[in-house]
Amino acid sequence: MSENEPLFEVKGLEVEFETDSAPARAVRGVDFTVNRGETVALVGESGCGKSVTALAAMGLLPGSARVRGSVRLGGKELVGLPEADLRRVRGGEIAMVFQEPMTSLNPVFRIGQQIAEVLRLHRGSDERAARREAIELLARVGIPLPERRVDQYPHELSGGMKQRVMIAMAIAGRPRLLIADEPTTALDVTIQAQILELLQSLRRDHDMAMLMITHDLGIVAHFAERVNVMYAGKLVEASRVVDLFDDPLHPYTRALLGALPRPGRSRERLEAIPGRVPPPDRLPPGCPFAPRCKLSMPVCAERMPELVEHAPEHRAACFALDEPPAAGT
Amino acid sequence: MAVPAEARGVAAATEDLVEVENLVKHFPVRGGLFGRPRAFVRAVDGVSFTIRRGETLGLVGESGSGKTTVGRTLLRLIEPTSGTMRFAGKDLAKLSEEELRRLRPKMQIVFQDPYASLNPRLPVGEAIGESLRVHGIARGAELDRRVAALLERVGLPARARSRYPHEFSGGQRQRICIARALAPNPDFIVCDEAVSALDLSIQAQILNLLFELQKELGLTYLFITHNLNVVRHVADRVAVMYLGKLVEVASAEDLFEAPRHPYTRALLSANPVPDPRAPLKPVPLEGEVPSPIDPPPGCRFHTRCPEVFEPCSTVVPAESVVRREPAHRVYCHLVSESDAA
Repeated sequence: MSENEPLFEVKGLEVEFETDSAPARAVRGVDFTVNRGETVALVGESGCGKSVTALAAMGLLPGSARVRGSVRLGGKELVGLPEADLRRVRGGEIAMVFQEPMTSLNPVFRIGQQIAEVLRLHRGSDERAARREAIELLARVGIPLPERRVDQYPHELSGGMKQRVMIAMAIAGRPRLLIADEPTTALDVTIQAQILELLQSLRRDHDMAMLMITHDLGIVAHFAERVNVMYAGKLVEASRVVDLFDDPLHPYTRALLGALPRPGRSRERLEAIPGRVPPPDRLPPGCPFAPRCKLSMPVCAERMPELVEHAPEHRAACFALDEPPAAGT
Repeated sequence: MAVPAEARGVAAATEDLVEVENLVKHFPVRGGLFGRPRAFVRAVDGVSFTIRRGETLGLVGESGSGKTTVGRTLLRLIEPTSGTMRFAGKDLAKLSEEELRRLRPKMQIVFQDPYASLNPRLPVGEAIGESLRVHGIARGAELDRRVAALLERVGLPARARSRYPHEFSGGQRQRICIARALAPNPDFIVCDEAVSALDLSIQAQILNLLFELQKELGLTYLFITHNLNVVRHVADRVAVMYLGKLVEVASAEDLFEAPRHPYTRALLSANPVPDPRAPLKPVPLEGEVPSPIDPPPGCRFHTRCPEVFEPCSTVVPAESVVRREPAHRVYCHLVSESDAA
């Protein structure tokens, strides 16, 4: 893999779940990349498909999920990889940190054992070396008295501590890419700041790239270089973070920013998008945002807009942007 | 739908609708032989504040701050351990059963989890109309009419009344909970993380609704939240709690522009504002929040305070009034009244 090739490349990813009624199309053709050492955010509200995208990339979806398209890490295709091969990649080259550490940490094993397991599996460490490194990792993620904590069970730790353990497990395999799915949503603001700072310093020290999945635009603003906005299984906008906030192009992105309570707008009406996100088994034809969009035109209900570059490194999928201004306006 | 204050039987002249003095709530931790309390969770340990009629007081804090307990104790969903609570001038502890029952409709609450707070077996119209029936405010056709009007006021169709909670989305259920809170014509509503479980665009809808209702009906809100961006948007004044105590109370503008307490400063500095150009330099706080069962002596924040000095570990900081109008008070040894801005 050359220096210029993206580390992580998702192309045409589609994920469909079987249901009792129509199939639920959670991800409908998503393309994005993550380069070495950078943090890319995948942002959207509930049900947009951002978590499913990450799980698909890790091969963590249940058997009822149909995954199509391509996910490449360092040029290696992950979609369709046999489970045994995936298990070598997962936890090794790609690691994932989830929102609820309690559901990811095994409650009946001590945390040191859980970290050591990663070290044995992915780095071939023996038991003694694994334990030693587990303690170092706990210290690295800022857990005080790591030599004592290493023998504790998850329930003995606070939420913030558990998340740090999750991160320790994730970096134990020396991943090139860390996928963090709402890693701080369940945490207090001051603890969140500590965890995000920790992730930043780990990124720098280990030249680790990060895919940050979040609904929190504040986190996107400060912790990501590039951002992809998802809505109902599609990418609607992709740009550098600064450009998204300076010059949001897609009506959904604009509405989302308008819905944000921000200083200087106290007690004014927030921009509230009427209606709701369409469920993945009842998607409208054409642009999924059209039913709620102020700018929608007849074509929006008929065809799917493509992601088009409207400014340098700034793409959006919207017919209203493609239209030249009407004569006389 | 707006009912004038006089018709609601509440003295419109009362400036302070809610007055809380030295509110304390300790929860026993049971265990040991015979289940005697081994210790107490000192969830709220002497908190005082007032809320003016028509005002929104924001109450912020992190886990273990006690803010949720304050809200529930205020409504007497939980009985306080000690302290005084006055509503429209009436001491809630001194009221007869009858007087308390008559006052209850005036104080309502909307919770965080719209899934948990609606009875899944009741059609939502019944959930909304329950307080009207229980308090004898309306029945029969009049009750139906009011329920329909309430649903429409919160942006739902009247025909929603015969549907069940599971048929609605999170945002819609929250609207139903607001309709239920409005049904008995309250003066005061505690919003306990009322928008925290909602997506951004739905949150905006609900915040707009709450604000419109406040203007239209002259409502008073206690808005409990951990979300600093939301509280800055909705609150007139903000109180910050840490481990059962108030650390700072000020107008929203003063709190965010000129916070005085080191914890407030750390909290605000840690909050990522959705603007990539705004600086984000969190004041580093060591360690984790101590247990409210055995809070640190003196100032409870001293174990993590970047500016801790001599008296902090032994002496509980007294109130310092930093500004009189609008009122800004701080509980910190670093701040004395001579520092008034």
